[in-house]
Formats: sequence, structure tokens, C-alpha cells
Amino acid sequence: MNDAADVALRLLIVFAVFLTFPLIVGQTEHKVMAHMQGRLGPMYAGGFHGWAQLVADGVKFAQKEDVVPSGADRRVFQLAPAVALLPYLLVLLAIPIGPGEGAVGQVLDAGIFFVLAVMGVGVLGSLMAGWASANKFSLLGGLRTAAQLLAYELPMLLAAASVAMAAGTVSLPGILHAFHWWWLPWQIVGAIVFFVAGLAELQRPPFDMPVADSEIIFGAYTEYTGLRFALFLLAEYAGIVVLCGLTTVLFLGGWHGPWGAEGLGWVWTLLKTAVLAFVVIWLRVTYPRLREDQLQKLSWTLLVPLSLAQIALTGVVKVVIS
Amino acid sequence: MSLAAQTHGFLTPTGVEIAFLLVGLVTFGAALVTVTTRQLVHAALWLVVALGGLAVEYLLLTAEFIAWVQVLIYVGSVVVLLLFGLMLTKAPIGRSPDADSGNRWAALTVAVAAATALVWVVVDAFRATWIDLDGAAAGSTKVTGASLFQNWVLPFEALSVLLLAALVGAIVLSRRAKATAAASSAAADAPGGRPAEEGVR
Repeated sequence: MNDAADVALRLLIVFAVFLTFPLIVGQTEHKVMAHMQGRLGPMYAGGFHGWAQLVADGVKFAQKEDVVPSGADRRVFQLAPAVALLPYLLVLLAIPIGPGEGAVGQVLDAGIFFVLAVMGVGVLGSLMAGWASANKFSLLGGLRTAAQLLAYELPMLLAAASVAMAAGTVSLPGILHAFHWWWLPWQIVGAIVFFVAGLAELQRPPFDMPVADSEIIFGAYTEYTGLRFALFLLAEYAGIVVLCGLTTVLFLGGWHGPWGAEGLGWVWTLLKTAVLAFVVIWLRVTYPRLREDQLQKLSWTLLVPLSLAQIALTGVVKVVIS
Repeated sequence: MSLAAQTHGFLTPTGVEIAFLLVGLVTFGAALVTVTTRQLVHAALWLVVALGGLAVEYLLLTAEFIAWVQVLIYVGSVVVLLLFGLMLTKAPIGRSPDADSGNRWAALTVAVAAATALVWVVVDAFRATWIDLDGAAAGSTKVTGASLFQNWVLPFEALSVLLLAALVGAIVLSRRAKATAAASSAAADAPGGRPAEEGVR
């Protein structure tokens, strides 16, 4: 009974994080973008600084009619948002937040493989949406999504493999226990490759070719309305939380910090994740969108060789110090 | 192992065994729908169910590492590649009347023969082997890696060479196609995606 209560509590906490953190990132994005681009934005909802705008948006999405185009493949069309969103919930289960036994939803032996595998499944949702909408813009968006995933999955995996080699384990808490501060300069190339490839997998700017609104309306999500559209947006923000959390755990030492790692380790994890999420938003308002060929070229001619070089460096240093 | 086998009855299944059987049935059903449906993209999506079911079976056999690799490579990469290819062909929504093959009886024969051979080999090899759940996990990453690079290193390397040959072959074929039809630059995208999948393996 005690075990069951423990499991239930963990699931509940992970679910609460899954429901709140993406919204916090979304709200931060609104405010940060407004400040960086010197535009006012909605300032009236709720009074102070328009804090309730997100709530108002949620109510608006819930009120809108749920339209399925008559030519669409009904079941696949309706299933796609769930396929896009749920993998991120599963990934959150495996991300350790503190040093203790209870600070992770579920300890997995092959944690890195689990998170990367399940994150890749989320892209199937975009592909299903792109195909099932019976809309040529959606189909183009789906095609671009697939091409982007195939290009960026490999450097992401290689960068993660480099950390696994350095730590001698593929379990996420195990990697954090093996972490030393000098891993930061040692794995910095891998960290950048991982973060950039992750951004591309989430289709965040400057890699938002699949949803380029000036060319193909909104890519695979063009035909979606109301709550299903909101679920796709939520998947994007949940993806940001997961990517930043993973980069923190794999490359930035997670709960390690200059002081207070034992009791307040989770604060370090959250702080690093929040800073990375800010960088994601910052990149969105800073860089123009990459063209499709530039996007492929960046992956195959820059990120893949860089990640291979990082693996070679990791191997050499590992042999030298052991 | 042999001691454990005596304590297990064949006709008194545990919860795990029943779950294994049920997931197996779902996997088999999804595989059947994959090859019989007339809707091309649905076939690819049912393939996701079949491959995912297989991953769950690996999990139930305590082979955690193999299960996640299965999801990563097959669900995450191979099916995405498949869908990408289907989208390039403008796979229609609804039934494709020509989504049938005259070779279906030959295909069925080959499939049944392959399944028989595999089932026979597996049953013959593991007839009375039971996984000891109390000790160290038999399918953990460490155990899998050790056995792969100690006992099975030769097949592993042979497979790597085979995949490398396939990769080089794919590049040669796509370059020849480019030389003959320089105009079809759009088609070059599809083979361009291949190295990712091969490289991951």
C-alpha cells in the first residue's frame, strides 16, 4: 500500500509539473518577447501587467469549435495532438531533479535511450497531423518536419552518447553522480550540438521551417482549431521544458552547484532549466528563420562532424585519465 | 535456471505471462492489419503499433535497453522515413485500389516459412529457460553490452560491415540515378535521409 501511494504521489507531481511548467514558459515567452521587441502586447487581462492573458487564451481555446475538415482522415486527425503531447509527459518521468532517491519520477537503467526514443515519437504526431488534414500546406509542413527530424536526430544522439561515454553509464541519475565541474568545458561542444539539434527537433525558431507562417500558413497544424490546436502549442512548450531539463542534466550538472547541492539541489536544476528556457525564447526573437537547404546543410556538414569530434575527444580524454 | 524451471508450471501462468500473451496478440493483430489494410498511411501507423508492442514485449522480458533502442530506431527513425516516403508519393486519404500485390501468396509463403523457422529456433533454444527476477536484471545495459562485445562480437562486426555495404550501395545507386537524370533533384532528398538511419544502427 505504501509503495502504491509513493508511485501515485510521484505520478501526481510529474503530472502537475507537466501541466504548469509549459504554461510558465509560455507566459514568460509572451512577456520576454514583448520587452525585447519593444511592443506592448495585451496588458489589461487580470490587471497587473496582463498576467491573466494566458488564462484568457485558455478559455478562448476551450470555447472554440472543434472543426475536422470534411476531406480529412478523421481518426488520425483527432489522434495526432495526443501523439504529439503524451511523449513529453513520459520523458518528464525520467528526468532527475535532485540528488536523492526520491527526486526522480522513475529511475531507468537506460535513461538516455528512453528520453531520446520517446522524444522522437512525438514528431509522429506532427506527421500524422500533416498528412491527415487533407491540405497541401499541412502536407508540406509534415514533409519538412520529417526531413528535419531525420537530419537532427543523429547529432543529438551522438552528443548524448559522448556524455554517456564520459560518465560510463546511460542512466540519467548515474550521469549526474559521475559529474565533475570540468566536464563543462570538456563537453561544451556536445552541449551546444545537443541544444541546437533539440531546438530543431522541437521546430523552434530559427528552425521553424515546418511551421513557417509566411510560406505555409502554420504547417501541419493549419487545419486545427480550439483545444486540439492548443494541445499542439502545449506540446511545443512541454518540449522546451523537456529539452532544457535534459540539457541541464546531461551537460550542465543538474543539481550540482557551487554550494547547497545536497539540500537545495532541485533549485539548481530548476534555475539552470529556466535560464536555458530563456535562451530558447531569446533565440526566437533574435534570429531569422533558416531556409530548408541551410537547415539540412547545418546539420550534415556542421553538427554531425562536430558531434563526432566531441566523441573522439571524449574517448581520448577518458583513456588518458583512466 | 533449471532449478527455477521446476517451480514454474506450464498451465499456471503468472500476471506477467498473461500480459506478455495479450501484448503479443495486439502486436500480431497490428502486424496483420499493417499488411492487409488498403490505406497506405494507416499501414505505416499500424506498423508503429506493432513495433511498439514488440518493445513492450522486450520490456516484459526485462530487456530494457533493447526495448528503448527498438523504439528509438524503428518507431522514431524507420517509420518517420517511411512516412516521409509516403508523403512524397502524395499517399491519398482513403483506400488505394491498387494497394495490392500479385505476389501476395508468395509473400505469405515466405512469411509463414520465416516465422516457423524463427519460432522453432527460439522454442528449441529457450525451451525451459526462466528469467530470474530476483537477481541482477538479465537485460540491463551493462549485461547486454558485456555479452554483445564478449560473446557475440563477431556477428556484431559482421552486421556492421553488412550495414556499411548497404550504405555505400545506397550512395552509389543514388549518384548513378543523379547522373542519368540530373533534373530530378527533388528525388535526391529521400536517399539523403538514409545515412541518418543507417548511422544510428
